[in-house]
Amino acid sequence: MSPQQFRDISWNGLWKQNPGLAQLLGLCPILAISTTMVNAVSLGIATVLVMTVANLAVSGLRNFVPYEIRIPVFILIIAALVTMVDLAFNAYFHDLYLVLGIFIPLIVTNCIVLARVEAYAAKNDPLTSTVDGIMMGIGLVWVLALLGGLRELLGAGTLFSGIEMIIPGASAWSVFGDDYPGFLIAILPPGAFFALGVLIAVFNVINARLAARARRQPPPTAPAPATRAEGDGEAVAAG
Amino acid sequence: MSGRYTATRTSLRTGGIMLLFTLAFTALMASTFQVTRPAIEASRQEAQMRLLAEVLPPGSYDNALLDDYVRFGPAPQIGMDAGGRVWRARKAGEPVALIIEGAASDGYAGRIGLVVAVHRDGRLSGVRVTEHKETPGLGDYIDPRKDRRKDTPWIAQFTGATWAEVDTAAWTVRKDGGSFDYRAGATISARAVTRAAGRSAAFAAQRMDALFAAPAGGLLGDTQ
Repeated sequence: MSPQQFRDISWNGLWKQNPGLAQLLGLCPILAISTTMVNAVSLGIATVLVMTVANLAVSGLRNFVPYEIRIPVFILIIAALVTMVDLAFNAYFHDLYLVLGIFIPLIVTNCIVLARVEAYAAKNDPLTSTVDGIMMGIGLVWVLALLGGLRELLGAGTLFSGIEMIIPGASAWSVFGDDYPGFLIAILPPGAFFALGVLIAVFNVINARLAARARRQPPPTAPAPATRAEGDGEAVAAG
Repeated sequence: MSGRYTATRTSLRTGGIMLLFTLAFTALMASTFQVTRPAIEASRQEAQMRLLAEVLPPGSYDNALLDDYVRFGPAPQIGMDAGGRVWRARKAGEPVALIIEGAASDGYAGRIGLVVAVHRDGRLSGVRVTEHKETPGLGDYIDPRKDRRKDTPWIAQFTGATWAEVDTAAWTVRKDGGSFDYRAGATISARAVTRAAGRSAAFAAQRMDALFAAPAGGLLGDTQ
């Protein structure tokens, strides 16, 4: 994998094709879990793990999977991997499992995992596919952290509540003091849509500014040839 | 060569490959399950022990608490429609306390699971919420880990309460004329937990002798 390729994959995952802001895949867990920052990041980390392993496994096996039955085979692989991650966490990282436990099975239904497997890992070699899984996952994590932090801050006036489940002894940061009356709608599901909508709007504004600046100042060298189609746009049915 | 790409052949071939994948990944999952089972069982027991230790101080009994339990049949009055378990703490063979499972169905969002520890004399040793879906940041102070007042968690007020002194009508929040506190803004969760804790404590207190006498692992039928 060339450095340029690595940069492209990273840029795609972290910003351009960000799963939470651009591809809008896996909204169900994003909206359900992002009530607090700790919950959101925990789910994000579990998703990174599953996406990385799933991309690696599928790209390694891609030559043995007939085209006609690729979707059921991919789902089988993802479900088996999630089950194994779930069992391994339960057995060897039990404290973390008590926090992430309820989220891990949810990842099977997260269509971002299937989308990356189908759009990227099924067509690329294991190394780039693994990097793609990691970068897409990290792209999801920072959006989840922002979304969870925003909702928690507005809704409960705290940040990092629940951190003691991960770091014993640490405690939540009460930003607005104990008398903050709370803003319930931010924590309820509609708040998730509002907050995500705001984030996507900001994302689009920044992209528009970047595009405008790029037009004003054309790069000194010739524009790079279009990267080969990575199937990023052809998202599997959003779930 | 003409038969190579017939529908039958393709179906059989893809079916066979699907079968192989299914078998391989099922075998992987099964072996992971086998390998992790002892560790999972150990951490499950440890977690349960930790929960019980929160409602009953570990020094106050000397028996193997997790093994000394009795099942009880359906008891809808304490929310346990499918029955539940009671652990029996003893010291030198003498009864010390019971820890009973209970539940509230009148929370703000679904079932609230509880464990309630009751001393031999009917005094409550402690109450803990084991599962709930109350609103985060609002009603979830019923779980001390989510309670913002770490030094005086809401759930601690039940410790030392006595079933005999607080009568049935008073086992609710002050807003309803009861004798227990609640936090402003979220009465429903507090009311549900308070009432359910009272009912579970009463259930255990009224059957104290029968529960201690029943054989370990046995079933107590008289639950109505």
